[in-house]
Amino acid sequence: MEIFGISTALLGSQLLVGLINGSFYAILSLGLAIIFGLLNIINFAHGAQYMMGAFVAWIALTRFGINYWAALIVAPLIVGFVGVLIERLMLRRLYKLDHLYGLLLTFGLALIFEGIFRDQFGISGESYEVPELLSGGVNLGFMFLPIYRAWVIVASLTVCFGTWYMIERTKLGAYLRAGTENSAMVQALGINVPLLITFTYGYGVALAAFAGVLAAPIFQVNPLMGSNLIIVVFAVVVIGGMGSIMGSILTGLGLGLIEGLTRVIYPEASSVVVFVIMVIVLLVRPAGLFGKS
Amino acid sequence: MTSAFKPKPEYLRLIDLHAFYGESHILHGLDLSVAKGECVTLLGRNGSGRTTTLKSIMGLVGRRTGSIMLNGNEVIHVPTHKIAHHGVGYCPEERAIFTSLSAEENLTLAPIVSSGGMSVDELYQMFPNLSERRNSPGGKLSGGEQQMLAMARILRTGAKLLLLDEITEGLAPVIVKKLGEVITELKKRGFTIILVEQNFRFAAPLADRHYVLEHGEIIATITQEELPGKMDWLHHTLGV
Repeated sequence: MEIFGISTALLGSQLLVGLINGSFYAILSLGLAIIFGLLNIINFAHGAQYMMGAFVAWIALTRFGINYWAALIVAPLIVGFVGVLIERLMLRRLYKLDHLYGLLLTFGLALIFEGIFRDQFGISGESYEVPELLSGGVNLGFMFLPIYRAWVIVASLTVCFGTWYMIERTKLGAYLRAGTENSAMVQALGINVPLLITFTYGYGVALAAFAGVLAAPIFQVNPLMGSNLIIVVFAVVVIGGMGSIMGSILTGLGLGLIEGLTRVIYPEASSVVVFVIMVIVLLVRPAGLFGKS
Repeated sequence: MTSAFKPKPEYLRLIDLHAFYGESHILHGLDLSVAKGECVTLLGRNGSGRTTTLKSIMGLVGRRTGSIMLNGNEVIHVPTHKIAHHGVGYCPEERAIFTSLSAEENLTLAPIVSSGGMSVDELYQMFPNLSERRNSPGGKLSGGEQQMLAMARILRTGAKLLLLDEITEGLAPVIVKKLGEVITELKKRGFTIILVEQNFRFAAPLADRHYVLEHGEIIATITQEELPGKMDWLHHTLGV
């Protein structure tokens, strides 16, 4: 079967890859957007925290026999806790300064984390087995769908929309939205904003680690896996508009799909298409597609 | 029987309060006290330090020295979010309604700080306009509605000391009148109120006492009874 001279199997599999990448973009840019919204800090360590999520899962499995399902919970908790420490001990001192200092600090942390893992585990990469329950695949007729990949899309979309629901529909989310607008006033009303900030950073970091665990069986667990991905994610955030929750989810998915389509139509452009779109968006709508100028 | 030997208990006392924004020194040793159930105003020209006084009480300025006593507790080193839990409700000049939250989310955002706050239904009775707009985003409310919401949200929490900064600014006369009625009602209910007000005609009949500020210092205290005799001086000092 063919559509416009492209076999449906190729189109389907590339769209699937696009959707998977898009799921990772969505979950990572969502974390960045939440953190930026409340803390006004561009978390450059996000890629390293994603990588740490994958490594914690791998270490948990190979050293302690902790399986994938437990790792999906444990790794975000551990890496999220590291995030809490980073916020309490370091980021907290920077809020009164320019954005640039937070960016520099988190960039430095990313280099340190990557350096530590590179020193300990090398850069050849470790493989992580797909859990038994999710191994194998289904033949959809026009293409073969590996079950694990379908799971990644479902799991990350569930987490993304769950987070969106929490922010838009719950009291805690109302604190977060109000704090994003005017944190001094929220605090004057008697809400413990410093604690809210710590929790928010920890949660954003935990999201990155969760994505890292999801990624472990698909990509190689490698100290550099985060820095490769995070550059694209930053472009996604710029396109979607800094600070928009739904915007970052939809933009992440959409750009993943566009990337996948480009890989079918004109493969040479697939690795730059996101950046080309970023340039166009910056020229036409500098606040981003979903951002408020 | 009230007598000089049984003064009303004090709610707020500021002693030698200095406040700074970066390098600039805004308050120069302020002393004032407000008794429970009293309504006082802070009068002064723009830049005299009235808003900064309220912000200093809330811990919203860069650096402060001196003493801020709330109900007999020293709070100058207490973080902002705990000040509210001493029963203080702050209504800032810019109203600071959260534009992306609905009116009702704004109303119910603040945690309860002590018992005796008004219920949401009671507040909707007091401010019927808010009841109609409860599902509208805060950013879509009119100036008057935002002002009522900013008042209502601190009345729900059970705060007993209200810091109200320029609540009549830029509002239509009918809404100003409504706010006057609300303040009168709140006084009856025993609230302690500090009004920062440009609209002297609004504040004069409501206040038990007036503090006059100039260059971050209190230059005069005028009681309700002394007011008629001091009007000329006040007009001259305030430039109204």
